[in-house]
Amino acid sequence: MSKTAIAAKVSCFHCGDKIASSPILFDEKSFCCQGCQGVYELLSHSNLCDYYAISDNPGLAQKNPVSKVKFAYLEDEEIQKQLIDFKDQKISRIAFHVPTMHCSSCIWLLESLYKIDKGIGHCRVDFLKKQLSISFNHHETSLRKIVELLSSLGYEPTLSLSHLEETKKVSNNNQLLYQVGVAGFCFGNIMLISFPEYFGLDSLSHKTFSRLFGYLNMGLALPVFLYSAQSYFKSAYQSLRKGIINIDFPLALGILVMFFRSSYEVISHSGIGFFDTLAGLVFFLLIGKWVQQRTFDTLSFERDYKSYFPVAVAVLKEGKEQTVPVTKLKVGDRMLIRNQEIIPADAILLNGEAKIDFSFVTGESLPVDKVLGEMIYAGGRQTSAAIELEVCKPVSQSYLTQLWNSEHFTKDRESQIITFQSVVSRYFTFALLGIAITSAIFWLLFDPSRSLAAFTAVLIIACPCALALSSPFALGNALRMFGRAKFYLKSPEVIEQMAKTNHMVFDKTGTITNAAQATISFIGADLTKEENEAIFTIANNSVHPLSKKIASYLDLHNIGNAGLSNFKELTGKGVSAQFGKSEVRLGSANFLSISSFEPNADVLASYVGVSINGDYKGFFKISHAYREGLKEVIDSLALNRELSLLSGDNNAEEARLKAFFPKDSTLLFQQSPSEKLLYINQLKENGQQVVMIGDGLNDAGALKAANIGISVTEDTANFSPSSDVIMDAMVFNQLPKFFQYAKDTVKVIRMSFVVSLLYNLVGLSFAVTGTMSPIVAAILMPLSSISVISFTTAATWLYARKRSLVL
Amino acid sequence: MNIIFLLIGCSLVLAVGFLIAFIWTVKSGQMEDDYTPSIRMLFDDKPPATDKDELVSK
Repeated sequence: MSKTAIAAKVSCFHCGDKIASSPILFDEKSFCCQGCQGVYELLSHSNLCDYYAISDNPGLAQKNPVSKVKFAYLEDEEIQKQLIDFKDQKISRIAFHVPTMHCSSCIWLLESLYKIDKGIGHCRVDFLKKQLSISFNHHETSLRKIVELLSSLGYEPTLSLSHLEETKKVSNNNQLLYQVGVAGFCFGNIMLISFPEYFGLDSLSHKTFSRLFGYLNMGLALPVFLYSAQSYFKSAYQSLRKGIINIDFPLALGILVMFFRSSYEVISHSGIGFFDTLAGLVFFLLIGKWVQQRTFDTLSFERDYKSYFPVAVAVLKEGKEQTVPVTKLKVGDRMLIRNQEIIPADAILLNGEAKIDFSFVTGESLPVDKVLGEMIYAGGRQTSAAIELEVCKPVSQSYLTQLWNSEHFTKDRESQIITFQSVVSRYFTFALLGIAITSAIFWLLFDPSRSLAAFTAVLIIACPCALALSSPFALGNALRMFGRAKFYLKSPEVIEQMAKTNHMVFDKTGTITNAAQATISFIGADLTKEENEAIFTIANNSVHPLSKKIASYLDLHNIGNAGLSNFKELTGKGVSAQFGKSEVRLGSANFLSISSFEPNADVLASYVGVSINGDYKGFFKISHAYREGLKEVIDSLALNRELSLLSGDNNAEEARLKAFFPKDSTLLFQQSPSEKLLYINQLKENGQQVVMIGDGLNDAGALKAANIGISVTEDTANFSPSSDVIMDAMVFNQLPKFFQYAKDTVKVIRMSFVVSLLYNLVGLSFAVTGTMSPIVAAILMPLSSISVISFTTAATWLYARKRSLVL
Repeated sequence: MNIIFLLIGCSLVLAVGFLIAFIWTVKSGQMEDDYTPSIRMLFDDKPPATDKDELVSK
């Protein structure tokens, strides 16, 4: 093997990253940075090196060390009170959300923290929720120390404003589990006790057995009827009061009729009733409900600005730095914002060089320079050295927060979703009642003794169990298939809504482009220092976005505009100016009067040529980081829906984007967050079903207003605005497939509805004669349920394979 | 045939036992996290003093 191959293999012992320059050697191991080495040292000191044995290179790169004062706010009693779940004389308990945990080594290390800090008592990880619960002795250690320890290991917990205000959610999932358990227990026992009856045992022995079995069944069915099935009665009652008939109405009616007819049969010794069917029905229905409820606990779909803002900020008081909770910021406070920190309140710049990245708030892709005394809106991220600002509005009244508090954000959207099931169940219920009443009247005329039997039998046998199961199983299963493909839905109902949409609106920055991936390079003759400075100064003075990119690429210290003269900017062509002794021209090939920069020009890239004193020196190639497969995605989506683009950025890329989108699409630029929202509402008023795809806070309004809001994120652990779907940016090129699969799922639901209706027809043909035996119901109900469950599961899986969402 | 009364009684008592066990598991939170324990059980409390470097460099 050659030497270079070996050299390329050197990776950091801690994080596994390739080591670019010379590695730091420590303990005969190589590390990529001081941070990683520090973590190793700490772990080996506490005898925790098994961390490296459980998974390969489990560590997280430590290249950006956390500032010392960052967590000083955790000393504040008030903040501690809000974060800590439980506290007594000695022990405190807290649950952190740790988004960076990713492997079994992480679990092991996080649960072994007590070996590093003696004050920590017990640590427990819930990996799926990415949650770490710690109990600690607050006399021996402190919350701040624990958070600092976690951050120094690379497991910085998420602590944001929303965590402070959030009331701990109590899960009502347990109630459902108990109900399923009770129903399952009763179902199994009733089946066991009913079997002898079906095989005709009572003819062999005397009647006592059959009576005993009847009463036992009734006793076992009581908890099912009173406890497990109660949600169906409640739901049916509530919707009836609203004047709607949902699927729960015929179900509740069936259960009610089944229980009372069976009880009557048992008490009057005329039969054993339908208790087994009743228990089985409720059991299957509850399982369907449980399947539908299993969504993605780890992802938060309801985040707002509060989870974006920091918990505390450094404030200068009488020349001293203090950490103050954001909620306590007062007008007139002097904040100190460091590099990469977010400005939490509208403020005026007092000191320092402000280069604010507003991409998340407004969609502008380039950092904005602000001058002293200028107002800076909350939500921007400082990307240069530390700055000082004076708060001019409290956090709750800042521009961004106000947007959130507007009515569009508070209106409830759940009620708008009309599912296929709810439409069908309305017709179904009327048909069912019609048949039941008709058969009752028919027998009343010909054989009155059979009338009531026929009426109740119809309601029992046509109880739409299979019908009620098809949607939960098909949607629940599809939801998991989507999840495997990194497309996370808020709830199963979103799938049906997705299938209906016919207009798709894209955001630009961060959604169809990935700013972090934009590459820029200079191709041509080597430039001297003076030439570089000349280009930098001219580019820095130009307002064109490409010039800005070149300036930030050269990244020279601003030497001021001395020596610059004759500055001319020709729109659409380029810039020319005199710098010192040289005359510099930056611009298109045409502007520099050469034929072309590259023989095979890249259509996705922009070129800026450089000539100094009339000599052509070379060109800057700026590749736009459109997401992979963007053209294919748009072509394929355009086949059966309209497309629009809303960008917060300026229209510099309009021409290039026009090439991507079909001719009839609307492309709008410099859209404010509220303009985006208005556009979506306009489309909806025109009767369109709108999908909005965005990523930042500036899209939050539009995402919420649209029928379906999809937020694209590079890392699902990071902040994403509230939406119906969270999509990993990696799978952007599969977007058309997701929409096809949503349609497939709806098709599966329709097919399974047909299947379950067929079962109902077979059952009805027995029931209307008034001579239905319990065994028919006992066979038909589980058979239809199980066949619908297996059909929907298999069909959704097959379609997922067809769309290659799963292997 | 009177033995059947006893058998049914036994089977019901047994089944109720299982139901109580199930309710206990839900109450103690075993249904909340069904992934982490499966990994946790693979960790050794006191790992054998093997050469850790060898394990890692694999």
